[in-house]
Amino acid sequence: MVELMRRRGLPWLLLLAALAAPFLMSGYDLNLLARFMAMAILSLGLVLLWGHGGILSLGQGLFFGLGGYAIAMHMKLADLPGGSLPDFMVWTGRTALPGWWAPFASPAFALLAVLLLPALAGALFAWSMVRRRIGGTYFAIITQALALAFATFLISRQEVTGGFNGLTGFQSLFGWQLADQKVGRGLYWLTLALLCLGFIGIRALLASRFGTLLGAMRDGENRMRFLGYDPAPYRMVAFGIAAFLAGLSGALFTLHAGVISPAMVGVVPSIEMVILVAVGGRMSPAGAIFGTIAVCYARDFISSSFPDLWLYLLGALFIAVVTLLPGGLAGLVRQRRA
Amino acid sequence: MEGLVLPQLFNGLSVASLYLLAALGLALSFGLMRVINMAHGEMLMLGGYLAFLTLSLVPGTGGILLAVPVAFVGAALMGALIQLTLVRRLLARPLDTLIATWGVSLILQQAARDLFGAVGVEVRAPDWLAGSVQLGSMAFPTARLFILLATLLVLGALALLFRTTRAGLHIRAVNQDRAMAAMLGINVGRVELMMFALGTGIAGLAGVMLALLGPVTPTVGQSYIVPAFLVVVLGGVGSIQGTTIAALMLGLVSAVAQIFVDVSVAQLLLLLFVILFLQVRPQGVITTSSRALDG
Repeated sequence: MVELMRRRGLPWLLLLAALAAPFLMSGYDLNLLARFMAMAILSLGLVLLWGHGGILSLGQGLFFGLGGYAIAMHMKLADLPGGSLPDFMVWTGRTALPGWWAPFASPAFALLAVLLLPALAGALFAWSMVRRRIGGTYFAIITQALALAFATFLISRQEVTGGFNGLTGFQSLFGWQLADQKVGRGLYWLTLALLCLGFIGIRALLASRFGTLLGAMRDGENRMRFLGYDPAPYRMVAFGIAAFLAGLSGALFTLHAGVISPAMVGVVPSIEMVILVAVGGRMSPAGAIFGTIAVCYARDFISSSFPDLWLYLLGALFIAVVTLLPGGLAGLVRQRRA
Repeated sequence: MEGLVLPQLFNGLSVASLYLLAALGLALSFGLMRVINMAHGEMLMLGGYLAFLTLSLVPGTGGILLAVPVAFVGAALMGALIQLTLVRRLLARPLDTLIATWGVSLILQQAARDLFGAVGVEVRAPDWLAGSVQLGSMAFPTARLFILLATLLVLGALALLFRTTRAGLHIRAVNQDRAMAAMLGINVGRVELMMFALGTGIAGLAGVMLALLGPVTPTVGQSYIVPAFLVVVLGGVGSIQGTTIAALMLGLVSAVAQIFVDVSVAQLLLLLFVILFLQVRPQGVITTSSRALDG
């Protein structure tokens, strides 16, 4: 009975608690939780791509950023009285809106950009790599360069990207005032719902033929080739899905945090996204969600009270997880059960 | 235009030599162990700080000549420590090595911040390194010429090591066929340790060179490490020639690109160049042919 509770009851209990959180927490704490849940959506993509696909991306920040900037650009434009320019453009002396900004004024376009742009960019990039059988360490390093180039580009083009400070100071989304507590709660529930959907979707994908083949290609690429499977399209799709989830995560995170900046999309945040997943368990969607939220809380707590200590701890965490706990916390739970 | 192209070409050559010094160690260990040390940039940083310490104790020309072996040995020892405690244990999992060595890099950066402060330290180079050599209408900064010379010396020393010494023979043997080399009685573990330490030692040397060009900061390695990674990818596995050609290509591409666009766009173009190049030659400039299915 206790065993049944632990296996079947716990997820529902957690979900119930998560649903009720807006009535139990302060607005500040709820906002933190919502941000971390948004990050967990990105982690789900890494479970598919890295855990099961064996492809390590150190550049998820790029796709996170594409989603985040897309929604941020829309909010910047939507808040403006017609014809005027976003604040930072005025400060940097621009007199006209760049052409590629203009379509983001439309909510539909911005939403489509959030949903499609990261996925398409990811799939296109991945295709150029996997079709030439570039994988493993090479792939990881090139994705890291991608994150670096993206962040550098954002910083250097201050007059159209907001530069180092990024985009911030949003007031409303699709006509809802962000400062309104009800809107905050609504966005939290939206994030929770999307996280649950992502969780169910990734679990279904992993259990499907696609998931099995992806894992087989990770373990025995040449055998799969001899069996007549070309890994390239599978890997491209896995990367595209991970990029899609990263974009969605970036957009939601931007809504909760009220800011998106190069400091959230570059090399360092990108590799931290990997450690979030590694701690929870790279093979387990539930582990990745739990690990992400736990590490994010730890970072929030420790880095605000002991900022110097945090980097030592984070460094030690990177080392300890891969040497001592390659399966993450989820691997530990599985061992206990077995 | 001509007046702009020639200095940029020299600039490219000088950048290429730094990329090469930073990438050589990475490429050597990657060829042997198929792992990339993400803390390699911090070996540059370590070399830079060791140069700073040496030169503040012994100023002048003697100091810079002393800083070179000090930085080499210091970084090599740190590398040996990383290899023994981490890399060796993770050999079968190259992606995990990336993550673990990134952890090392974070710790070393924070340690440097605590020891030397977040703001950079300035190395006082001897006066003859601060000037420039006039050739016709062009001036070549002496420090950059010095770096070019040092890079050539390192390449020459490596060639001698690989071609003429017993240790070099062992390294080449392990590089070609690890299992066979082990069966013939070569201590593969020791060769790998030596190689890793040698690679980080060269990065330490590169750190001294960086210290001649600008302040040493806790994150000084980070600005060179991603291009160095790209050099390794472009160069092909385990070949010094390939790495050298790749460093020259990337150095020149980025210098020439900077004639037309600014640094950040040049960085994008550099990455695009690497991705496009890999479409044509996915295994890099120099490919070693092998019958092995999983090379």
